[in-house]
Amino acid sequence: MNDGRRLRVVLVDDHALVRSGLRAELGDGVDVVGEAADVDEAVRVVTAQQPDVVLLDVHLPGGDGRAVLDACAESAPATRFLAISVSDAPADVVSVVRGGARGYVTKAISGEDLRAAVERIAAGDAVFSPRLAGFVLDAFAAGATDTSADPAEGEPDDLDRLTPREREVMRYIARGYTYRETAAELFLSVKTIETHVSAVLRKLQLSNRRELERWASARRLT
Amino acid sequence: MAPTEARRATRPVSGRIAAGVARGLADHLGLPTWLVRAAFVVLAVSGGVGIVLYAALWITLPISETESDDRPDRDRGADGMRLVLLATAVVGVLLLLAALGVDVLGGMIPPLLLALVGAALVWQQADDTQRSRWASRAGRLAKDTAASTATAGRWRLVVGVTLVGLGGLALLVGRSGPVAAVQALVTALVLMAGVGVVAFPWAYRRYTDQVEQRRALIRETERAELAAHVHDSVLQTLTLIQRNVGDPDQVMRLARAEERALRSWLYTPTGDSERSMSAALQRAAAEVEVSYGATVDVVTVGDAPIDSRVGALVAATREAMVNAARHGGGAVSVFAEVDESVVEVFVRDRGPGFVVDDVPPDRRGVRESIVGRMARNGGTAEIVTAPGAGTQVRLRLPVVSA
Repeated sequence: MNDGRRLRVVLVDDHALVRSGLRAELGDGVDVVGEAADVDEAVRVVTAQQPDVVLLDVHLPGGDGRAVLDACAESAPATRFLAISVSDAPADVVSVVRGGARGYVTKAISGEDLRAAVERIAAGDAVFSPRLAGFVLDAFAAGATDTSADPAEGEPDDLDRLTPREREVMRYIARGYTYRETAAELFLSVKTIETHVSAVLRKLQLSNRRELERWASARRLT
Repeated sequence: MAPTEARRATRPVSGRIAAGVARGLADHLGLPTWLVRAAFVVLAVSGGVGIVLYAALWITLPISETESDDRPDRDRGADGMRLVLLATAVVGVLLLLAALGVDVLGGMIPPLLLALVGAALVWQQADDTQRSRWASRAGRLAKDTAASTATAGRWRLVVGVTLVGLGGLALLVGRSGPVAAVQALVTALVLMAGVGVVAFPWAYRRYTDQVEQRRALIRETERAELAAHVHDSVLQTLTLIQRNVGDPDQVMRLARAEERALRSWLYTPTGDSERSMSAALQRAAAEVEVSYGATVDVVTVGDAPIDSRVGALVAATREAMVNAARHGGGAVSVFAEVDESVVEVFVRDRGPGFVVDDVPPDRRGVRESIVGRMARNGGTAEIVTAPGAGTQVRLRLPVVSA
């Protein structure tokens, strides 16, 4: 997955304690090539280091994770972002994911899961926590799934709907299944599950569903 | 009434005809309401003292803050009643004046009456605004009622002001002819404009001050509420954690429970575990975490109101969480999804698993509290487990369309 090369990671969080915790959890498998505590520093470090993956706190002094994503979109186009937060407010999560983050995990994630998530993000796949999968199912709720039309795979280009298969995958992830376990349950390959999740991520980023707009705009915490 | 008395007379909100003065007074004095009303009418007819007295009491008596609902039907029909009463009073006064030889139809009487009716409408409106403000503060008035009251109130205000204006104008025209009336009107307008210019900055300051004060009050209230909450939960928990530093399990448990409480308080202000299934599941998970020291993650999609069947589902879920926390080890994942036809809950652990048939029949947890309970409520429970593969409990409850 990483071509024998160790992944280069930058940590962005305003609490030094959290950063050192993340560093410890990531262990020796990756190179932590930089740390940043606010938006400006983050943009500087990411631009200078061009890391593979940035672990990005959703809430930062001087803006939020979204500001970093926007600023780095051009200066570090190959870098991929994994949002990491203690926040459960759908607005915050949806905002960073729509800003370009390829996944979202909570800070309570175990070291093993975090390492797997970083590798998956580096490989260009998406990482959904059970909670994010729950948000997605909620946002693309009943009525949005087209069960009548094409039972096989739905309409792949409709950004406002999940195909029945994508919905199924999301439900397994929301139930706490890993990709591997989901694949086994559905008799699919892990690669196929990753494809489905990436497709859902794309819909989450590009869809115009009102619920997403509402979540993205209705910041409950200021 | 004398405001120095310990027991103050108040105007009741219900069971009143005009502004509730007579009823409030009757309640206060222990007299029958009709007697007080009759007294007011007699006093009003004989020289107008009753009207003045009534108006004075209307202004001074506060609205009763304890709603007496013993005669609600009376209040509902009261609007029509009031109109009839008003019309009768007007006609009666006119007849009385005519009998006394006053030129009723010409001269200044009709415009004066017109203006008075208008003023009465506006006053009544101010009174109702006060009442609805109180009612909404008490949270008893439904929102739509308040809105319809507001619309009706605006109309009443417009009609009232128009009547006062027309009355005044008619009075002027009747007294001194149209030309003089216009002159007087212009003079009055110029005077009012002058007063307005002089008083405007002061009035504006007063107004903005008041708005600012109210805002500050709201902020202060919010801050106080937050402080109270932080004190009650967060500070207490931190104290407990400091006392339990030697016991990592206990510290973990406290931290998790507090995290969950704070989270639900911050992000789901309307979460009511008595009514919402999602809130009830979160709460059950928090309780299981505290009691068994496990981590229980709950993800819900959609929500359902709690009735007896959903309540049973929540109880069965809780039992499944307890089993998972007890025997599973590691994190427990709970996923609940509500759609139009079915409510589904999955409880999953990554523990050692077990063989279902090996469970002794006297173990009531699974058989009775989960499977039996779901069956009694028209649902199903399915347990998928194998040694080494963890356990998954799947609960299904079809939605019954009423």
